Amino acid sequence: MAYSDKILEHYNNPRNVGSLDKGSKSVGTGLVGAPECGDVMKLQIEVAEDGTIRDAKFKTFGCGSAIASSSLATEWLKGKSVDEALAIKNTAIVEELNLPPIKIHCSVLAEDAIKAAIKDYMEKNNIAIPAELAAAGHH
Amino acid sequence: MAVKTPIYMDNHATTRTDPRVVEAMLPYFGDIFGNAASRNHSFGWAAEEAVENARAIIARAINADPKEIVFTSGATESNNLAIKGVAEMYAEKGNHIITCVTEHKAVIDPCKKLERMGFDVTWLPVLPSGRIDLEQLKAAITDKTILISIMHANNEIGVIQPVEEIGRIAEERGILFHTDATQTVGKIPVDVQKQNIHLLSFSGHKIYGPKGVGVLYVRRRKPRVRVTPLMDGGGHERGMRSGTLNVTGIVGLGKAVELCMEEMESETKRLSAMRDGLRKKLFDNIPEIFENGDPINKLPHSLNVSFTYVEGESLLMGIGDVAVSSGSACTSASLEPSYVLKSLGLGDELAHSSIRFGLGRFSTQEEVDYVAEKLIHVVKRLREMSPLWEMHNEGIDLTKVEWAHH
Repeated sequence: MAYSDKILEHYNNPRNVGSLDKGSKSVGTGLVGAPECGDVMKLQIEVAEDGTIRDAKFKTFGCGSAIASSSLATEWLKGKSVDEALAIKNTAIVEELNLPPIKIHCSVLAEDAIKAAIKDYMEKNNIAIPAELAAAGHH
Repeated sequence: MAVKTPIYMDNHATTRTDPRVVEAMLPYFGDIFGNAASRNHSFGWAAEEAVENARAIIARAINADPKEIVFTSGATESNNLAIKGVAEMYAEKGNHIITCVTEHKAVIDPCKKLERMGFDVTWLPVLPSGRIDLEQLKAAITDKTILISIMHANNEIGVIQPVEEIGRIAEERGILFHTDATQTVGKIPVDVQKQNIHLLSFSGHKIYGPKGVGVLYVRRRKPRVRVTPLMDGGGHERGMRSGTLNVTGIVGLGKAVELCMEEMESETKRLSAMRDGLRKKLFDNIPEIFENGDPINKLPHSLNVSFTYVEGESLLMGIGDVAVSSGSACTSASLEPSYVLKSLGLGDELAHSSIRFGLGRFSTQEEVDYVAEKLIHVVKRLREMSPLWEMHNEGIDLTKVEWAHH
């Protein structure tokens, strides 16, 4: 199976690899997936006082499509409000990266990682958690 | 000197047909096109002579009689013929078969089919080395056991099973012993007499011969083994495998075996030196990696390594112009990690992180050096990107983390 150019591009030049201070109140951390399933994503957001996502970082153990999905997710997150971030759907990632059907779960994982990071941020800051986020990070 | 890419290092999967083999085959696509079963004209005689010449070469290579060589379409067919053929032929004698969990699918699936048809199959586990425990084998034998099928060497981890001892146990108990020797014929010594082998499968394309041709060795004396054919037809190959003989393929297979036997000693030396060098270079330069399978009882051209905290498919992507295989689920159609690696007792995550290197006749030291350098670089880069590597370095025990399973 050949990879799309966009997947290769993200794999070769991943955006925003790294870690933010998970102890900080303004940082939300999502850790999704499991090593025995072959993919684990850690995605972090740093939210500014005005509620926009100032920074986003990721680290991913997984195939090239998983790395590309999380790299793309961090790129999209930066500058968005938390509400806008919650609206990011895995299908948009599939479309942008041309993920083949067998790799759709990578985009699902990236969406989960975004939601888990936002949920963590909300919990830290005593923000009421919307119902659709209640299960984020737990499958 | 720059190496030529892409580099092929997946010789367990298939091998390049040796140009000398191709040359030997060419006349049989031309003037010598006869049907080896045509007994009444020179076209048939010429084809028959070529087939019998190949048969004799192959028999000599495994210390068999030419009459014991049955040509097939490949090792999958040979395994099916051996297992289903014995099961049907000896059904009145017993209904129990012993095999092993690390066998190739071409052995596992015929055994599963027999299981569904009412046969009892014992699936022996393997030790962490990848070898079976001979005591467990002995304990599994019952008075209903008709067949033991254990591969000579494994296609994923290159681990060599103690076939001679298995053969002796089978012989003592009056049970037939089949071995899938697809990874070993032409690579390491195979001797059906010394190793007490009653049935043996292999194929042409793993030994620098053509695809679509293989052999089942069926012993004729002490004991005389009989198999029920899979296909009915013209009664070729002493009734065991009907169908017009693939003369070109058989000629190529004969030539391939001849070359392998001539070069086995020197190739074993050359390939094991390169393999050992690759292993050393990787282990000297990358922390926390593990070799899968017994490092001693291993094919000379074979190496399987788990690069912890890095996923196999992303590794393959990083070394893009190098052809190797991974036990990662992401590289398999089934999305399951390698059952062979899992059966060694490795966690799934180590199976996901594995790479199989298969050197071959056309591998060079420059290629090995290139692959090692590239891997050292890619593993480092991917670990910097790996949350598991980060957690490991923070002292977190990954087995104690509650993962969100999908």
